[in-house]
Amino acid sequence: MDNDNATLIKQACADYDNDPRRMMDILWQVQDKLRCIDGEAMSLIASLTGTYRVEVEGVVSFYAFFSDKRKGDITIRLCDDIIDRHAGAQAVAEAFSGALGIQPGETSTDGAFSLEFTPCIGMCDQAPAALINDVVVTRLTPAKVKSILRTLRKTKDPQTLIGKTGDGANSDPLVQAMVRNNIRQPGPVLLTDVDPEQGLRAALQLSPQEVISHIEESLLRGRGGAGFPTGRKWRLAANTPAEERYVICNADEGEPGTFKDRVLLTEKPDLLFSGMTIAAYAVGARHGILYLRGEYRYLRAYLEETLQRRREQNLLGSGILGRKDFAFDIRIQMGAGAYICGEESSLISSCEGKRGEPKNRPPFPVQSGYLGYPTVVNNVETLSCVPRIMAQGATWFRGMGTTGSSGTKLLSVSGDCARPGIYEVAFGVTLAEILEQAGAQDAAAIVVGGASGQIVGRTEFHRRLCFEDLASAGAIVCFNSSRNILEAAAYYMDFFIEESCGYCTPCRVGNVFLKKGLEKIMHGEGEPEDLDYLRNLSDTIIATSRCGLGHTSPNPILSTMEYFPLVYSAMVKERPGGMQAGFNIQKALDEARIIAKRRSLIYDPAYGDRE
Amino acid sequence: MKRKKRIATVSLAGCFGCHMSLLDMDEHILELMELAEFDRSPLTDFKTFSRRCDIGVIEGGCCNEENVHTLQEFRKHCDVLVAVGQCAIMGGLPVMRNAIMHSEDPLRECLEEAYSSSAKVYNPNNQIPNDAALPLLLDKVYTCAEVVKIDYQIPGCPPTGEVLWATLAALIKGEPAPQEYHMIKYD
Repeated sequence: MDNDNATLIKQACADYDNDPRRMMDILWQVQDKLRCIDGEAMSLIASLTGTYRVEVEGVVSFYAFFSDKRKGDITIRLCDDIIDRHAGAQAVAEAFSGALGIQPGETSTDGAFSLEFTPCIGMCDQAPAALINDVVVTRLTPAKVKSILRTLRKTKDPQTLIGKTGDGANSDPLVQAMVRNNIRQPGPVLLTDVDPEQGLRAALQLSPQEVISHIEESLLRGRGGAGFPTGRKWRLAANTPAEERYVICNADEGEPGTFKDRVLLTEKPDLLFSGMTIAAYAVGARHGILYLRGEYRYLRAYLEETLQRRREQNLLGSGILGRKDFAFDIRIQMGAGAYICGEESSLISSCEGKRGEPKNRPPFPVQSGYLGYPTVVNNVETLSCVPRIMAQGATWFRGMGTTGSSGTKLLSVSGDCARPGIYEVAFGVTLAEILEQAGAQDAAAIVVGGASGQIVGRTEFHRRLCFEDLASAGAIVCFNSSRNILEAAAYYMDFFIEESCGYCTPCRVGNVFLKKGLEKIMHGEGEPEDLDYLRNLSDTIIATSRCGLGHTSPNPILSTMEYFPLVYSAMVKERPGGMQAGFNIQKALDEARIIAKRRSLIYDPAYGDRE
Repeated sequence: MKRKKRIATVSLAGCFGCHMSLLDMDEHILELMELAEFDRSPLTDFKTFSRRCDIGVIEGGCCNEENVHTLQEFRKHCDVLVAVGQCAIMGGLPVMRNAIMHSEDPLRECLEEAYSSSAKVYNPNNQIPNDAALPLLLDKVYTCAEVVKIDYQIPGCPPTGEVLWATLAALIKGEPAPQEYHMIKYD
């Protein structure tokens, strides 16, 4: 390694006090500067941070945005979500491939460009989209590819691709993104113009215990999908004796089809940070972390500036709003392209500078989380509700929604509809009402809650979006009647296969077998008993996986089998005789015929009549 | 007296270890002969089926065309097929060649590794066996269940004579397979 590179790496480690727990930040810095983290870099980082090379390599190999092979100076990551595919991502990929002379997954020989596919980057409402380094480009077409590459070759700076910036804070000098918010329906809780600090001021008038009681009374439940009561989570953390406690905001919005947190982070960062501060006050935390997914790095400078402004306004730091006994600050932890880190214990592992693998539970994060301290992990949307509840009261909040699901929910609507974007609706709204609003008249299937959610058909459109009926982290993906529902299920299985962390076998291997079983049916080789096989295997994966990923990964298959039984029954048939339709002896022999330069004695009839 | 059940057995891509284990049931073989008779089997040296059989016992998976053909014959001529041992159920040792999966030409790579390129091989002419009488190899090793439907599996490498006896006897009598811990514990 040359001296310059070694200096850069030493600097990166020194910037984070040679602390192995800040491995993510160190690796980001090295990856940015050197475009790769090769073996020598790993060894040097390991020795500087007092850990082992295998630990560093484990982290590098885990995250999609880190690479041990040199990436191009400009890395183009095309979003490969099914919505992008439907919007023409394949043609865009071919245009990039053709113009650059490289296939996805390759780097050009001059080291200028890399082309890759990446799962959902949270831009389904403006697909097809791509990340070019950190810069988001949306609504791509093959025609635009040429001018994009011309600009990039000339300026070497992806930021110069941005002509007209998006609405709202997307035009902020520190964001300068072409992303559009697409807020189609604002609501009374989150997407409304209010003083974000009113709730914080009200909370600081109360005791921490009273704040928790307030949140408990509001019946606020986690918006990330699981719906755990937020007040109870806080109380559990507050009641665990400890020297330190942590509040972490989960902004690792990786569920395909979900992009509501993107809009909250863009338009309402103060509401979120105010919510984190209230949470910290309630549970007695002095440190907070915003875990921001790597795909949203274009928002980082803006969010950092927001934090800095809050420090200057005495909304963060020590003695917040004159409360001498209350100090709290927030740092941003960048993720690096791993869906699993949306799972709270994996997210904590990642914050600790490790591979984003789930931890064993119990102990739960509220008992022993980040660095072993009691930790509250809440979703962006959940925390953003908190200041509103403190300002307007629990009764006001409970007045919206249903008995079991209070308040409003942000829905990210995308796919085959006229008005994709963000809708803030009270819990309990029916699917049909949303589809009407979004202009999805021809909807034949809806993915509620993303890959890990449910794929439902027209017979279910009367159902209500709430924890008691159809629970959702916010994704509503519309497919019209021209789409192949089995292809959609297969796409989501591929997603889980790719994103499984690989720690436990049921998830790592089981999802591959599920996909194979589904393919067999899609190829017309399936039999009725294959459906039982898929169900049994799904049950096993759900029962034996270590974390939420495996608990939900069979959902695309289970829900399509439940809501589209006719599609499956049309694709399977009884085959008498006991032969497996999927086995093709002619194909299996092709290679040997070429190598042996002769035909089969058994299966090539010209050689005799044994068959 | 009820008709004796007819059993056929075969070893495909296996090592005959499961058949040795079948003989390892010792004097139970006499009890088995009370209940059943062997048709096509290495034990009788019948090369073809003389009649339709009740039970087909398969050792080994499929690595060549002859294995596939034999297995299909068993499926056609037997009411119930029992896959016995690791090779029949999961592919066993032969399936290790499926690990050559990222090659343009995995079968050729496998043959070259086995017959010429490996350091321990003495084969000055680099000749790879290719007699016209040799059945063609498949592109990869297939488990029995990938080729035909399999009704029962008896795991083990090999399953003990005791397990084979108890399972076959239960199957013949129409009883559930034995589940005693020591019989299904393999380490």
